Amino acid sequence: MFYLRPGQINEEPQTVSGDAPATDWPARYQQLAQSAQAAVLRHFYAQGLPPADTPIAEVPLVAIDFETTGLDPEQGDIVSIGVVPMQLQRIYNRDSRHWIVRPRSRLGEESVVIHGITHSDIEESPDLARYLQPLLEQLAGRVVVAHYRFMERNFLNQALLRRLGEGIQFPVIDTMELEAAANRLTLWQRLCGRRRVSLRLADCRRRYHLPFYHPHHAHTDALACAELLQAQVAAHYSPQTPVGRLWC
Amino acid sequence: MQAEQIEILEFLRQHQPFSLLPDDVLQQVAQSVDVAYYKAGSQILELGAEINDWFILRSGAVEVYRRNGELYNRLTAGGFFGEFGLLRNRRVRFPVTALEDSLTYLVPAELFAQLFEEYEDFADQVEVEDRTRLRQAVARREDANELMTARIETLVSRDPVLLPYTASARMAAQCMTEENVSALLVVDETRAAEDALVGIVTDRDITDRLVAAGLPFETPVTEVMSSQLTWVAHNQLVFEAMLRMLRDNVHHLPVLRKGIPLGVITLPDIVQYESQNSLFVVRSIFSAQTVEELTALVPHVRSSFRRMIAEDANSRMIGSSMAVIGRSFKQRLLELAEEKLGPPPVPYCFLALGSMAREEQLIVTDQDNAIILDNRFNAEQHDDYFLQLATFVADGLAACGYQYCNGGIMATNKTWRQPLKVWEQYFTDWIEKPTPEFLLNSSIFFDLEGVWGETRWADMLNKLIRSKAQHNSRFLACMARCALQRTPPLGFFKSFVMEVNGNHTQSINMKRRGTAPLADLIRVHALSVGSSSRNSFERLQDIIDAKILSPGSGPDLRDALELIAMVRIRHQALDLDAGIEPDNNIEPENLSDFERKNLRDAFLIVANAQKYLKYRYQPGRTV
Repeated sequence: MFYLRPGQINEEPQTVSGDAPATDWPARYQQLAQSAQAAVLRHFYAQGLPPADTPIAEVPLVAIDFETTGLDPEQGDIVSIGVVPMQLQRIYNRDSRHWIVRPRSRLGEESVVIHGITHSDIEESPDLARYLQPLLEQLAGRVVVAHYRFMERNFLNQALLRRLGEGIQFPVIDTMELEAAANRLTLWQRLCGRRRVSLRLADCRRRYHLPFYHPHHAHTDALACAELLQAQVAAHYSPQTPVGRLWC
Repeated sequence: MQAEQIEILEFLRQHQPFSLLPDDVLQQVAQSVDVAYYKAGSQILELGAEINDWFILRSGAVEVYRRNGELYNRLTAGGFFGEFGLLRNRRVRFPVTALEDSLTYLVPAELFAQLFEEYEDFADQVEVEDRTRLRQAVARREDANELMTARIETLVSRDPVLLPYTASARMAAQCMTEENVSALLVVDETRAAEDALVGIVTDRDITDRLVAAGLPFETPVTEVMSSQLTWVAHNQLVFEAMLRMLRDNVHHLPVLRKGIPLGVITLPDIVQYESQNSLFVVRSIFSAQTVEELTALVPHVRSSFRRMIAEDANSRMIGSSMAVIGRSFKQRLLELAEEKLGPPPVPYCFLALGSMAREEQLIVTDQDNAIILDNRFNAEQHDDYFLQLATFVADGLAACGYQYCNGGIMATNKTWRQPLKVWEQYFTDWIEKPTPEFLLNSSIFFDLEGVWGETRWADMLNKLIRSKAQHNSRFLACMARCALQRTPPLGFFKSFVMEVNGNHTQSINMKRRGTAPLADLIRVHALSVGSSSRNSFERLQDIIDAKILSPGSGPDLRDALELIAMVRIRHQALDLDAGIEPDNNIEPENLSDFERKNLRDAFLIVANAQKYLKYRYQPGRTV
């Protein structure tokens, strides 16, 4: 997870390019399975998705996090990927994956300081193209869970555009969005000068008494995000909540 | 690529019993855990449900229950649960509920079984039969005991002063003066180090063999030194060095490590070392001429107490040494009192009650005492003397650190300053017409010892108690009921003491909640089997011999008593080290993980023993 500075986080994230409005995702996957050019993508979409009215407890999920060379998906690229398969009841951490890849854009000093992945680390690493197949296999048939969906969605989309000539679309359960919704202030509270709560991953976790994990490691952040979703659903929703209410 | 589980690995490294595993195994464990979050109030494990993971609590708190719904334990970060079910039939035996929002790490059953099989330390800590863990904890310390008794090298305070064998006697004398030592080791530097020592020369040798013999100062040192060397190895025991000095009549002993001189110890070194032990304190008590001189010995008592702990003495050694010291204070104070007040008008016996009589005294203790007077005692004529005597002793004891008894069980109280016939009537009434109200605060009368004067009267009372109490089920039931008034806590939770009803308290009084309930329940059993012992360990042996306990529970009680007593003792010593007045209260945050776990086991044994006591001495049940 590449942390935004507080000013860059809006309480209600606005729509960014590539962030499709909530829709009938299973239908769109069916359609994309026909229209996608790359075989790996056709296969990905063909795994389908559970219908929007499926209780969240029955939906296969996967938490993901990327470390990147910068904040702008057009300019930057992915440096490392953490993938943690899960369900509402249990995080299959023993099946989680962590890959370091060589980005196609320059690794800025500023980002090295944040995620600690250095130039020599990426020198020895392959291009993302090498892990595309195992990555998409991990995501196929599962609903992605991420903290601040624009990062994961746009960076993966751009990464694929560069490498396959076509992008990727997928629904995301955004734990930052869920947290914003759970803490949305009423007009009255805003008039009273109540401050908005911090939506940073570590701050969100603290509200559910989850332990502190050191940030900026793709796998740890993905795991942290997976735990956060379990806590949020336990606190604000129910195992019966339809997945369609949570994804976007 | 498998993800490296940084956070999980770090957590496991920091907590026992996981930290007992080799690091590569720990990495494997970290790679294998799954994760699950439970909101406060939700059920984690349901009784009888299938279980396939061992649960490690990463954060939050959970409650573990017994089958009957009774709270069994409360765990916090670093705790673990599920092992009972995993090691049996993979069904949950102890249901678990999240008390706070909790994050758990789940270790696969197969991996847990493998760790449990292969790593003994780890298995000991996770042991499903709690008692085994306690037994091992006590046993391990007893092993250490023999190894830890003081070694000679602890007395060596400086390197030896060496002198070449070619030197003259004058040079030897000059060297002793310069170095301020009374002995030099004479060495032949041309030889190998482990073979270089050729003799020892002391200041006595210079006086006796040189000056008194009229030899010139330039005589070679080899002619006045002792070359028949008496020496000790660095790892021999201090008392062996003392024996060697006495047997060979020498005052200096070279200490060698593999033939190489490490230092020289002298008789004063040993005497000084000895001087801190209890025998020295006892000797000093009897040579004290005033109460002030006695009071001045209090620091010595305390350092003797600390030293015994440092040498890993067990609770029995410490308890009886402190009792000997306490008894000596009483005896010397009585001597001083009689010097001041004149000889007693009628014979009397001064009694010690409670922990001193049981030889389980520590440094924080009440002075529980009483006086038996001769039957010819006439209150009008004699009582003034005995009140003064009792007051002198009580004040003296208070000055020496033995607090006045809150319950007024002191010879200054007229009720406890009575002729023998009255005492006999007291005990007859207490045993034949027992009232819980009285017995509740008076059980210490049944631990009774004569320390001064006509001590045979104390023996007579003890005999009376034995003959009357053993078959009196009503009395035993009454004593048992009183023994159940003080209960152990369930264990510890964060910085609190956890009570059986789930309540929390800030600290635990290890006497009131630990050693006292044990001494109480052991006393009831001891009375019922007619034991003539007073020490709880000895009583317990009599009880075991009488076969009234289920097999194994006697040794369990002994281990529990030893452990609780040692925790209490060690914490008093820590207080002394920290320069604060020691007491019986322990704050849970000052307990090590090891102590917490073992204390919990010990409390459980006490609680079970109390249940048995209640059952065995039901009123009307013939025992």
